[in-house]
Amino acid sequence: MTLTSNAPAAPIEVHDLTVAYHHRPVLWDVDAAFPESQLIAVVGPNGAGKSTLIKAIMGLVPLASGEVRVFGKPVNETRRLVAYVPQRESVDWDFPTTALDVVLMGRYGHLSLFGRPRKRDREIARQSLEKVGMQDFAHRQISQLSGGQQQRVFLARALAQQTKVYLMDEPFAGVDAATEKAIVVLLQELRAEGSTVVVVHHDLQSVPEYFDSVMLLNLRLVAFGDVASTFTPENLHKTYGGRLNLLTEVGEKLRRQEWNARQ
Amino acid sequence: MSDGIWIIVIGALVAGSCALVGCFLVLRRQALMGDAISHAVLPGIVIAFLITHSRNTLPMMMGAGALGLFTAFLTSALERHGRLQADASLGVTFTWLFALGVILVSAFTGHVDLDAECVLYGEIEYAPLYRAFWGEFDLGPRAFWILLAVAVANTLFVTLGYKQLKLCAFDPGLAAAVGINAALWHYLLMAFVSITTVGAFESVGAILVVALLIVPPNTAYLLTDRLWAMLALSAVLGALSSVGGYLLASALDSSTSAAIAVVSGLFFILAALFSPTHGAVPRYVRRRRLIARTQAFAE
Repeated sequence: MTLTSNAPAAPIEVHDLTVAYHHRPVLWDVDAAFPESQLIAVVGPNGAGKSTLIKAIMGLVPLASGEVRVFGKPVNETRRLVAYVPQRESVDWDFPTTALDVVLMGRYGHLSLFGRPRKRDREIARQSLEKVGMQDFAHRQISQLSGGQQQRVFLARALAQQTKVYLMDEPFAGVDAATEKAIVVLLQELRAEGSTVVVVHHDLQSVPEYFDSVMLLNLRLVAFGDVASTFTPENLHKTYGGRLNLLTEVGEKLRRQEWNARQ
Repeated sequence: MSDGIWIIVIGALVAGSCALVGCFLVLRRQALMGDAISHAVLPGIVIAFLITHSRNTLPMMMGAGALGLFTAFLTSALERHGRLQADASLGVTFTWLFALGVILVSAFTGHVDLDAECVLYGEIEYAPLYRAFWGEFDLGPRAFWILLAVAVANTLFVTLGYKQLKLCAFDPGLAAAVGINAALWHYLLMAFVSITTVGAFESVGAILVVALLIVPPNTAYLLTDRLWAMLALSAVLGALSSVGGYLLASALDSSTSAAIAVVSGLFFILAALFSPTHGAVPRYVRRRRLIARTQAFAE
């Protein structure tokens, strides 16, 4: 299939994407185009392939079939256009390095083979730390930061990449309410600047509040679209199967919202 | 220069070279990869020896480098396709290759000067005896020049590849995401570990080289929170171990390479006890003070 429309290419498109580990598929035939300037949640049960989808878009896992395009180009040509916030547990926080240094790593993609970060890179790193309110911790060793602070350092690192597309793997995991609010404000600022932010998200309750679009994933793509029309109890049932407790709760909440809207 | 000074200098170059690459092994939680490679290179060295019929260093380093890379490759292949745990696949790979090397040594090189004792424990005491010549001019011990080259190569490697090595050690995901070839840097590191191991081989042997790869970097890790400082400090600690080890060995009339490893271990114990940030004693004192202060506050 070739794309020959004149419309500007979507920030991220995946076509017929299948990923398998040890011959067991973890993502099956996912087809989606992520809209520009939106906050997009990816939700689904554990093992649904949410993180794998993010990694596949980043080119970090081999694809069994299908393709990923970023602004219409294969991801190898556009790596610098995508910023990546991995799960916090994916790195060793006892590593001998400081918060500022971790943020500076976001600039490595802009440096030449043997190039060192320059003054401008340091300036960008410092500004990114300021945006997440971590400037006072710049020279702290990273193990001395709390979980929420570590998460904010990771966000600052993504900001330092200065891109238009952000992929975040559970940025709200293990952060306190105040940090969560601060992160949401930051995401909204990114959207206002025209960035597209894709977030793997676990807390179903806050999906309607935080996000514009939602992707419901469980091995296959269940539904993808704006929150109002897609984040329905029926679709959630299809995604999560029989785990009713949680779903009734969310469904209840949604019904109440609808009710309030009608009033 | 006296032989004693040469031994100290050679020991310092070995220890410093080992420390630089060892830091990245330790940070990547692959400390035992050094152990594995230092043993697994043995067949490479013997094959190089059998082909060239000389103890010339360059072919030996090439043989060792090839086997080192093969070890790294086989280990990850077993882990990925053989459904083995990382430590198990490492254990299978290097013991097998080392045993293969031992058979090659005993079967084909029994009549020449490549004995198992030297391979295992090294003979740094004899290092000053083998000289390098420029025409008629005596340039000093051969081992000095070989290890100087290794030390320079390792220094260049960790300085020029600093950001790649750092990012691959800290966050391989981001490294790949920004277009750094994590696999390439992994195998480059393994190649440098292999070359370092061979350089260190004649001086400290296959077993004690592991101590120099792992112990000074871990000591430095306890003393600083900065990667560049950890690299510098571990190299300095390695060199100091060489000085201390030589003095200890002279005093006890014992093996110098073992004494170097023992002294580096003593540095580690001192750091584990008294490091201002991570040491057990300062931590204990801080906790007592905190308790005393809270009690005073409560009263």
